[in-house]
Amino acid sequence: MSFAWAKNYEPKNAFTQWMDEKLPLPRLVYNAVGAGYPVPRNLNYMWNFGVLAGFFLMFQIVTGIVLAMHYAANTEVAFSQIEHIMRNVNYGWMFKNAHANGASFFFIVIYLHIFRGFYFSSYKAPREMIWLLGVVIFLLMMATAFMGYVLPWGQMSFWGAKVITGLFGAIPFVGDTLQTWLVGGFAPNNATLNRFFSLHFLLPFVIAGVVILHIWALHIPGSSNPTGIEVKQESDTVPFHPYYTAKDGWFLGLFLIFFAFVVFFAPYALGHPDNWIEASPLSTPAHIVPEWYFYPFYAILRAFTGDLTIPFTDIILIEAKLLGVIAMFAAILVWFFLPWLDKSPVRSGNYRPLFKKFFWFGLIPCMAALFYLGGATPEEPFIMMSQIATAYYFMHFLVILPIISQIEVPKPLPYSITESVLGKDDGAATKDVPPAAAPAGAMPEPAE
Amino acid sequence: MASTAAGTGTEDGVRRRDWIHIAALSSAGVGAASVVLPLVTQMDPSADVLAASTTDVDISSLEPGQSIKEVFREQPLFVKRMAAAEIAEVNAVDIGDLRDKQTLEERLGAGNADILVQLGVCTHLGCVPLGAAEGEEKGEYDGYFCPCHGSHYDAAGRIRKGPAPTNLVVPEFSFQSESVIRVG
Repeated sequence: MSFAWAKNYEPKNAFTQWMDEKLPLPRLVYNAVGAGYPVPRNLNYMWNFGVLAGFFLMFQIVTGIVLAMHYAANTEVAFSQIEHIMRNVNYGWMFKNAHANGASFFFIVIYLHIFRGFYFSSYKAPREMIWLLGVVIFLLMMATAFMGYVLPWGQMSFWGAKVITGLFGAIPFVGDTLQTWLVGGFAPNNATLNRFFSLHFLLPFVIAGVVILHIWALHIPGSSNPTGIEVKQESDTVPFHPYYTAKDGWFLGLFLIFFAFVVFFAPYALGHPDNWIEASPLSTPAHIVPEWYFYPFYAILRAFTGDLTIPFTDIILIEAKLLGVIAMFAAILVWFFLPWLDKSPVRSGNYRPLFKKFFWFGLIPCMAALFYLGGATPEEPFIMMSQIATAYYFMHFLVILPIISQIEVPKPLPYSITESVLGKDDGAATKDVPPAAAPAGAMPEPAE
Repeated sequence: MASTAAGTGTEDGVRRRDWIHIAALSSAGVGAASVVLPLVTQMDPSADVLAASTTDVDISSLEPGQSIKEVFREQPLFVKRMAAAEIAEVNAVDIGDLRDKQTLEERLGAGNADILVQLGVCTHLGCVPLGAAEGEEKGEYDGYFCPCHGSHYDAAGRIRKGPAPTNLVVPEFSFQSESVIRVG
């Protein structure tokens, strides 16, 4: 694994030596996140979000296990159990708010992680598998978050469950049967709540399993970096520990201040007041939307208002309902094809002038619009705007990216990561920069 | 700047970078420790459980020799008005012969002639001893008998024979009036 100059684990005492022979777990940790994993020296703060995502997965599992100790998945009591947790359980208010907002922050982190991937083309060879596994994790996260939101059994829980399971009802021929099977009834009921609780408990551990594969796949080529050029030599890397453990720890602390602020001072800012009304199968809330992290995909779902017909006839090929569902799933599934849609040999957006323009002035405003429109009321002008944004979204991945990668003239790449950091690289035979030209203090001397 | 300033230099083995290590690790340590408290105490009895921690028992209809079974903190509670014969019998026992040395007076409390309040929980492993209700087996000492592992208690709830280590537990209680006691 990894590079030839990676430090080798050496057990320091008799116990670690014995352990290393029987179960080399310390060796695994050393090579995964310790001094045995050489990492490019030029990673910027966007590379912190992987560790943050791992932290929030663990955080959600720990707070979730605590909440499961006090919750009851029964429609008779589920809603009042949340109040019980909020009022009676010691620090229950804290765990409930930390878990609910933890989901939001997990998604904030994961979106930034994904968009880091978009901009720096982290999905390109040799890292396709890391990307594919990442998309799988994202899909699993969406399923987990959705089912978690059903558990408080408020109005948004119930109607969210009804609408999302209704998506499966759009599938031709088997839809109705499938939907009835998914909820275990004709509308979300006690059986639905029970199975969602069971799956909401299970899926995080499945995610943790795929995360291990994700990290395993990462450690084969090693981490990417902001220049997009591969590691050539030892001077291009620093050991993960202490350099990136320290940087990740520092950034995690910073991010947790932001998180704690929301948990303790604005715990309901990201939620919907309607979910404090107990679920009622007989009345739908006036304005029903999912949690904010599903907005872009919800906007795409709602953008399809007309059936697909054979032109000049009334023959319907695909109903609007099904079109919306297909588009919503396709919006994520298209990410699976990114490694083959973007053919440019240059990875980093920093060296791709045309790509960079379409990223900052195309994809980002498009996603921002979809985020806004998913939460807006389904009326004009928002429907038309959703349609335009949806069209651009698919255009970006399916048309613009492949064309850019054909016509773009990339900027010259630095010889090596070392050169991009220090302005010179003693290993580069073609370069001849006097040592004095190196910016003093650009890279502090390692202390140990 | 010399490398000393960056922290590699040592002066009496002290490096300038030690400070940031200690500060960072101790902040993280305090943070982790403060997370442990909620994680542990969330498993303690919740406020609704604690709110149900006292039980009032009406003893006005208790005849001498009769018991009431109540529930106190989710466990059985035996409230008994002792008969004169039982009081005489338990007072006749030599305290020195007892495993858990307690007089009846100590178990009843000051100003209480005959109302015996105790948890119906065997001090061995927590089964409910027989003997509080009419017709139940009272054991070899005319008190209580635990069917699980054969502990025998006398009429004052004192352990006389079998594996239980101590007498039946007498919870804190007080007389609210002649006819009502408050346990807990």
